[in-house]
Amino acid sequence: MNLGTARRGPVRVFLARSEVSVLIALLVLCAAMSFASPYFLTFRNIVNVLRQFSLIAILAVGEGLIIITAGIDLSVGSLVGLTACFGALAARSGASPLVTLIAILGLGAIVGMANGLLVTKVRIAPFIATLGMMSIARGFSLLMTHGVPIHYDNTWVSVVGGGHVGIVPVSVIVMVLIVAGGFIFANNTTLGRNVYAVGNNEKAATLSGIRVDRTKLMVFTLTGILAGVCGLILMGQLEGSDPFYGNGYELDVIAAAVIGGISLAGGEGSLLGVIVGAGLMGVLKNAFVLLAVPGYWQTVSVGVVIIGAVSIDSLRSRRKS
Amino acid sequence: MASDIICRFENITKSFVGAVALKGVNFDVRKGEIHAIVGENGAGKSTLMNILSGVYHPDEGQIHFDGAPVRLRDPRHAQHIGIAMIHQELSLCRSMSVAENVYQGRMLKNALGFIDRKRMAVECRKYLSALGVEYIDPYTLVKHLSVSQMQLVEIAKAVSLKARLLMMDEPTSSLTTTEIAVLLKIMRSLKNEGVSILFITHKLEEVLEVADRITVLRDGHYIDTQDTKDTNIDRLVSLMVGRDFERKANRQFYHDYTGREVVLEVENLCVENRVKDASFKLYKGEVLGLTGLVGAGRTELLQGIFGMNRVTSGTVKVRGRAATIRHPADAIKLGIGMVPEGRKEQGMFLKLSVLDNMTMVHLRELANRLTLINKRKRENVANEYVGQLAIKTPSLAQISQNLSGGNQQKTIIARWLMHEPLILFLDEPTHGIDVGAKMEIYRLIDNLSQNGVSIILISSELPEVLNLCDRIMVMHHGEIRGTLSHDEADQVKIMRLTLEEKSRTA
Repeated sequence: MNLGTARRGPVRVFLARSEVSVLIALLVLCAAMSFASPYFLTFRNIVNVLRQFSLIAILAVGEGLIIITAGIDLSVGSLVGLTACFGALAARSGASPLVTLIAILGLGAIVGMANGLLVTKVRIAPFIATLGMMSIARGFSLLMTHGVPIHYDNTWVSVVGGGHVGIVPVSVIVMVLIVAGGFIFANNTTLGRNVYAVGNNEKAATLSGIRVDRTKLMVFTLTGILAGVCGLILMGQLEGSDPFYGNGYELDVIAAAVIGGISLAGGEGSLLGVIVGAGLMGVLKNAFVLLAVPGYWQTVSVGVVIIGAVSIDSLRSRRKS
Repeated sequence: MASDIICRFENITKSFVGAVALKGVNFDVRKGEIHAIVGENGAGKSTLMNILSGVYHPDEGQIHFDGAPVRLRDPRHAQHIGIAMIHQELSLCRSMSVAENVYQGRMLKNALGFIDRKRMAVECRKYLSALGVEYIDPYTLVKHLSVSQMQLVEIAKAVSLKARLLMMDEPTSSLTTTEIAVLLKIMRSLKNEGVSILFITHKLEEVLEVADRITVLRDGHYIDTQDTKDTNIDRLVSLMVGRDFERKANRQFYHDYTGREVVLEVENLCVENRVKDASFKLYKGEVLGLTGLVGAGRTELLQGIFGMNRVTSGTVKVRGRAATIRHPADAIKLGIGMVPEGRKEQGMFLKLSVLDNMTMVHLRELANRLTLINKRKRENVANEYVGQLAIKTPSLAQISQNLSGGNQQKTIIARWLMHEPLILFLDEPTHGIDVGAKMEIYRLIDNLSQNGVSIILISSELPEVLNLCDRIMVMHHGEIRGTLSHDEADQVKIMRLTLEEKSRTA
């Protein structure tokens, strides 16, 4: 039935967007926290929250795009660890900062592209291809570090992770740039709209002249590079890298995407939602610290938020149809 | 109440948020009759069926079934009292066997309480042979059947449920001519056994062939019920549309091709197992019909030229120049456009907006070198085509799955028109859309060809091809069997070309 053709005002259209309920939840949580803890709205705490969630937000841009093409990438967390360790080893063995930078981002791109080639050329389901890659990447991080953290001498390359502009961490600035760039890419470029087209209907996309395989390859490679950026940030924070960096990030990132209203079936959802989803989880974790709630409750709450957000979405869309 | 009536709708009214779907509908279905419901999309046909199958509950009004008023709680309840529905999208479990599907939810059990596959198969075979389709093996998995066979399994299931009223939504829309003939025969034999059949279809020729009576709905209102023997297509169409129907082309057809520019020349084209040595020419500004039975290789031929299917040998020339087309993107660069068959499967991006759907091909031209899209230019060009093609949508931001079939089709056509193609392939462009939108598409084809666009039109509806095309090319079993000019073509000649070499019984 053509119910959707009934006219709706702009406010209702806005409220009907799935990321809006998450945004409201985020604002409510922030408001509640500002009463519950005097530290919450201090500049220092805000910066702290932003820095903590910047890694997830950066990865979420790539993961969001992959999920919109109806794919998934489970290897992002391991790849963060792999690139961080690779970078730290390169820096320790005397590579110049520029070479280190290129090595990290290049490795991310190569692994991401390998994921993409497995999906498009070998035609393995993205879940399986990246599940394998997740294990391979983690294994190599352990192999190259013998399972212990690697330290290196500070160079300008660690500024991305540890540096500040004034009092704002560089990593937060990088995150803002990437999120803004990702947002413009997804909404206002032909390549971004191709991503949506591919996720909606591959046949129709091909018939419209879109190169489906190239589009998928592009989002996987991009995500690999973004994992490299996260590796760069982590190795800069403590002037060293741990082979377990990024452990479990893939699930946080997918959770952010799901909370933000992106359907795992692909073809819809906005990166804005993903960022808001990542923000919600970041503030939630901060809230537990400030309120001195035992850390184990954090783990429980993340699960509750995922199920809660998706339930609200599902109930709303059922009412609509 | 007269005893020959199985089901009566009394003042049925149903509205959804903001829209009235049915308003005071009154009519009855007799025992053992085939009753067709026709109307444009949005006329309320599907809503009516959903009410009778217990999916929706009417806001007002009463359904009488077999002489007594009933209030259907849900589809199970409807099924229990003898009303079965066969949906357009079939509702079988693809990975289960035919017998398991027929006995879905009520599988036969043996003394130990385990499922008795053997007895189910035996029983199932009885129903299948009653339908004259004993060649379907009860143990086959449904996913190995053709669409028409799946439909027959659904019918067998309905028969096994002792349904006395069988509803069918567009039962023939994805069947070949032969399969349709089989289905219509089965419908008649069910009728002779006293089962009433209520069916929705867009194909009026079929309605006239098989239905006893025809009810017309328009905009949710009951218009009339006519005896088939007292009516004809034009009459039905004007009732459906509320105005007179024209399907004649409105231009001069080409008779003399000397000196005309050949825009597309195909020589000995073979498409992987589906098309053998196809050769033809397409002239500037002509409409070339491509017809034949479903499965003749028409779509494969066009998609082969377009770079979608793999071409194994042969050459394609566009405007006299040899063209290498390996991907639709190459074809688009050469000025070819393609409105594919199957809107939902190959055409639409259903979760995206009308704006996205309309501009997906032309997007590169609306962007700068950094691929950034010029938003205003994009909206302007989309608005222009919404107006030009009279696409009914509340806004450009509307999610396209909420549009009617006709408007979705027009959206896809707009996607190509704004790219100003030299050659346009239209593959079943009027499939499953209402009569009003059909007429608009016919007019559009006329206008385009007058403006010098060359069109290849695939259609299974012969009247469409006969009325619109300058020449008609007939395909069968992957081969081009012949080409007829507008003046010489008629249904008999086309069928003869199709069946000439190997005579087959339909």
